[in-house]
Amino acid sequence: MTALLTIIVLVFITVAIWQMVKIFDLANANNENSQVANDKDNRVNGYLMLGFLAFIYIITIVCVVKWGDLPLMSNSASEHGPQIDNLMIISMVLIFIVQTITQFLLHYFAFKYKGEKGRKALFFADNDKLEFIWTIIPVITLAGLIIYGLFTWSDIMNFEEDEDALVVELYAQQFNWKARYAGEDNVLGNANVRLINLDNANILGLDEADPNAQDDIITTELHLPVGRQVIFKMRSQDVLHSAYMPHFRAQMNCVPGMITQFAFTPTVTTAQMRQTQQMVKKVENINKIRTEKSKDLVAKGEEALDPYEFDYLLICNKICGKSHYNMQMKIIVETEEEYNAWIKEQQVFKNSLVQN
Amino acid sequence: MSAHADTHAHEDDHGHHHKETFVTKYIFSQDHKMIAKQYLITGTIMGVIGVIMSLMIRMQIAWPEEPNVIFEALLGKWAPGGVMDADMYLALVTIHGTIMVFFVLTAGLSGTFSNLLIPLQIGARDMASGFLNMVSYWLFFLSSVVMVISLFVEAGPAAAGWTIYPPLSALPMAQGGSGMGMTLWLVSMAIFIASSLLGSLNYIVTVINLRTKGMSMTRLPLTIWAFFVTAIIGVVSFPVLLSAALLLIMDRSFGTSFFLSDIFIQGEVLHYQGGSPVLFEHLFWFLGHPEVYIVLLPALGITSEIIATNSRKPIFGYRAMVASILAIAFLSTIVWGHHMFISGMNPFLGSVFTFTTLLIAIPSAVKAFNYITTLWKGNLQFNPAMLFSIGLVSTFITGGLTGIILGDSALDINVHDTYFVVAHFHLVMGISALYGMFAGIYHWFPKMFGRMLNKNLGYIHFWVTAVCAYGVFFPMHFIGMAGLPRRYYTNSNFPLFDDLSNVNVIITLFAIIGGIFQLVFLWNFFYSIFYGKKTVQNPWKSNTLEWTAPIKHIHGNWEGEIPHVHRWAYDYSKPGHDEDFVPQNVPLKDGEEELQH
Repeated sequence: MTALLTIIVLVFITVAIWQMVKIFDLANANNENSQVANDKDNRVNGYLMLGFLAFIYIITIVCVVKWGDLPLMSNSASEHGPQIDNLMIISMVLIFIVQTITQFLLHYFAFKYKGEKGRKALFFADNDKLEFIWTIIPVITLAGLIIYGLFTWSDIMNFEEDEDALVVELYAQQFNWKARYAGEDNVLGNANVRLINLDNANILGLDEADPNAQDDIITTELHLPVGRQVIFKMRSQDVLHSAYMPHFRAQMNCVPGMITQFAFTPTVTTAQMRQTQQMVKKVENINKIRTEKSKDLVAKGEEALDPYEFDYLLICNKICGKSHYNMQMKIIVETEEEYNAWIKEQQVFKNSLVQN
Repeated sequence: MSAHADTHAHEDDHGHHHKETFVTKYIFSQDHKMIAKQYLITGTIMGVIGVIMSLMIRMQIAWPEEPNVIFEALLGKWAPGGVMDADMYLALVTIHGTIMVFFVLTAGLSGTFSNLLIPLQIGARDMASGFLNMVSYWLFFLSSVVMVISLFVEAGPAAAGWTIYPPLSALPMAQGGSGMGMTLWLVSMAIFIASSLLGSLNYIVTVINLRTKGMSMTRLPLTIWAFFVTAIIGVVSFPVLLSAALLLIMDRSFGTSFFLSDIFIQGEVLHYQGGSPVLFEHLFWFLGHPEVYIVLLPALGITSEIIATNSRKPIFGYRAMVASILAIAFLSTIVWGHHMFISGMNPFLGSVFTFTTLLIAIPSAVKAFNYITTLWKGNLQFNPAMLFSIGLVSTFITGGLTGIILGDSALDINVHDTYFVVAHFHLVMGISALYGMFAGIYHWFPKMFGRMLNKNLGYIHFWVTAVCAYGVFFPMHFIGMAGLPRRYYTNSNFPLFDDLSNVNVIITLFAIIGGIFQLVFLWNFFYSIFYGKKTVQNPWKSNTLEWTAPIKHIHGNWEGEIPHVHRWAYDYSKPGHDEDFVPQNVPLKDGEEELQH
C-alpha cells in the first residue's frame, strides 16, 4: 500500500513539473527557444555539478558511518581471514582515494569551465608526458595489488594439508545442506549419487560396500573444532550450489558430477564470537529491529519473532531454484572436547541404514 | 567510393526501387536511418518492460512480507493476493537481466547508433548491405517477440538467472521456468545472436569499405572507432554463446550430456554422464564478459564525441583513446574466468585471470583521465547530452574502481555473488551504458527526427536520474560487503541480515523515484517526435559529417556529392579560425597544419 501511495504522489509531482516546464517554456517563447544550452543553463548546471560532487561525498560518508562497520573487513573467524581483510582494506583505501580525487576533478572542472558566450576553449589535443604519467601510475599500483592478491590467493587455494586436518564433505541439494564426517579413519567413503537408495536411507549415495564409508557420519549441523584445519569436499546432487561461509571468508561452488574443495582453519569459537563487542552490538541492534517488527506482527494477530542469537552460517550463494533464499546450515565452532563429545553422539553410516 | 559520389539525385543511384510505399518506408525499410529508429523504438519498449521488472524486484526486496497490489495487477496468478511467487521473483531477475543486457543495451544502443551514425559519419550512402541490415532488425524484433511471449508460459518464464547455468536451466524438474520458458529463452537468444552477427558484419564491412574520400582510419570520429571495435568483439564472441545455447538445447531435448553428469533429482537418478556445468560457464562467459564491453564501448564512443563537441575542445589524446579501445577489446576476450574464480576450476587459472583482469584497469584509467582532461579549460555547453556524458564518466569511475576488488580472486572469494557485485556491474555497465544511450538520444534526436528534445525536461531527467542512480547503487556496495547474497526472494530467513532491511527500503525508494522520472524522458521523447521545436542544420555546432546532411531524411543521405573529408573530427576552438568549430569537410586553409595523430 505504501508503495502504491508513493507512486501516486510521484506521478502527481511529475505532472506538476511538466506543467511548470511548460509555463517556463511559454514565458521564454518570445526571446529564444532553441533548446540549445545558453549561458544561464550553463551556469545553473555548473553549480549543480558542484552540488552533485557534494552529494557523492555525503552519500559516501553516510554509507561508511552508518553501514561501514563491515563484518567483511574485520571480525573474520578463520586463519586466512585477516589476510583477505588486509588486502580488502588496502584496496578499499586506494579506491576511496582515487574516487575522491577523480570525482573532484571531473565535477570541479565541469563547474569551473562552464560555458560562456564568446569565450574560446584551449586547443589542447595531446600531451605525451601527461598520458605517460597516468598510464604508468595505474601500472605500478596494479602491479602491487596483483602480486599481493596472487600470493594471498595461492596461499588460500593451494593449502598444505595438516596432519590432524579434519575432512568434511559438504553435500548440497535443493534446498538444504548436509555434512558428512569421515569418522574414526578420517577417510571419506566413496560416494556417487547413482548409489542413492531412499528405501534404506542411503541418502547421500555412499558405497555401502566400502569399508571407509562404514564409520562416516552424516549430520545436518556443521560442528568444527577450533584451531584445527578443515578440508571441505563439496558435492551437489542436482544443480549448482555455492557453499558460502562469509564469516570464515570461504566460498566454493558445489558442482554436480565433480568434487570441489576449500580449506580453512576456524580460529574463533561460536561462544567467543558472541562475546565480541562488535557482535554484541550487532545482535542488540538486530533484536531491537525484531522487537519493533514483532509489535506489528502481534497487532496483526501473528506470532512474534524469536530473538536473534548469533550463529555462524553456511548459506547457498548460487541461484538454485525456488527456495534458494532459504538454504542454510548452522555452523558451530567449539573446543576440541565439545566437538569430540558431539561427534560421539552422532550415528555412524552403517547404523543409520534401514534394514529391510 | 567515388563511383557512388556522383551528382545525380539519389533515385538514379538506386534506380530499381524508387517508389516508396508505406511498407518499404516504415516497416521493411532498408534505409539505415529508419532501421536505427526502429531499433531505438523497439529497444525503448523493451527497456520499459525491463525497468518495470526491476522496480517489482526492488519492491519485493524492500517489503517482502507486505502484499502489493501492483504485483497482483501485473503478475496475475503469480502473485495471488499480491504475494509474489518465489519462482516468479527469480524469473523477474532473469528476464530483467536478459532484456537490459541484450535487448536494450546491445540491440537498443549499438543497433540504434551504429546504424544511424556509421554511414552518416563516415560519409556513406547507406550500410554495405541494406538488405542484411533489414533482416538484422527483423530478427531482433522476432527475438524480442519470442522473449515477451515467454513471459506468458504456463509454467513460468526462464528463471535460472540471466547466466542460465545448467543443470538448473536444463532440468524442468529443477524449476518450473526451465520448461517451455527456458526453451523460448534459448530460441529467442539464438535468433538474437543471428541478428547481432548480421548487424556486426555489416558495420565492419561498411567502416572498412565505404568511407568517403579523405576519411582515413585516423580521421574517424571515436564513435565510429567504438562501434567498429564493438562489432568485431561481437563477431568473435557471440558465436560461442550460440554454441553454448545449442549444446544446452541438445542436453535439454535430445538427451546428450555436454553440461550434465551424476544428477539425482526428485527421487530418481538421471542418465546424464560425463558432462560438466563448468564447461557451460566457460562458454557462457567467453561471450558474457566481452558482452560487457559490447555494451559499454559504444556508450564510451558516444561520450567521447559529445564531450568534445560540448567542451568546444578536441578530445584529449585521440591516439590513446583509440589505443585504449583496442586494448580493452583485446583484453576483454581473455578475462572471462574472473566470473568463475570459485566455480571449481583450477586455482592456477584463477591467478591468470586475475592478472589479465586487473590489466583492463589501465586502458580504462587512461580513458577516464582523458575525459577529465578534455573538460579542462573547455567552454562547456551543458546540453542534456553533455550532462549524461559527464554522468557516465562519474559512474564509470565509481563502478569501475570496485572492479579492482572483484577482479582480485582472493577478494572475490568473499564478495562473489553478493550485492557488491550487483552494485558494481549496474554502475559500470548498466547505468554507464544507459547514460551513454540517453546522451546519444539527446544529441542525435535532431538528426533522427528533425526536431529538438525539450532541454528543461532533459535537465530534470538527468539530475533526478543521477541522484537516484547513486542512491540505489552506492549503499548497495555496503550490504554486499556485509555478505548479503543476490537473488534472494526475501532475507527474512536470515535474522543475521535484519539490520540491512532499512538500507534496502532506502534503495527501493530511490529506485522508484528514478524509475518514475524516466516518464519525463518518455514523454519528452514521444511528444518531441511530433511537436518538438524544429531543428537547424547543425544545432550543436559539431564537426562530424552527419550534420552536413540535410535535415529531412533522404535515401542516400546527401543530395549530390558526398562531402570529402579534409581533417579529423575534433578541430574545436582551433587557433586561426573565427568559429570555434571546423567541420571535417572544410579544406585546410593555406598554411594550416593538420594535427599529426
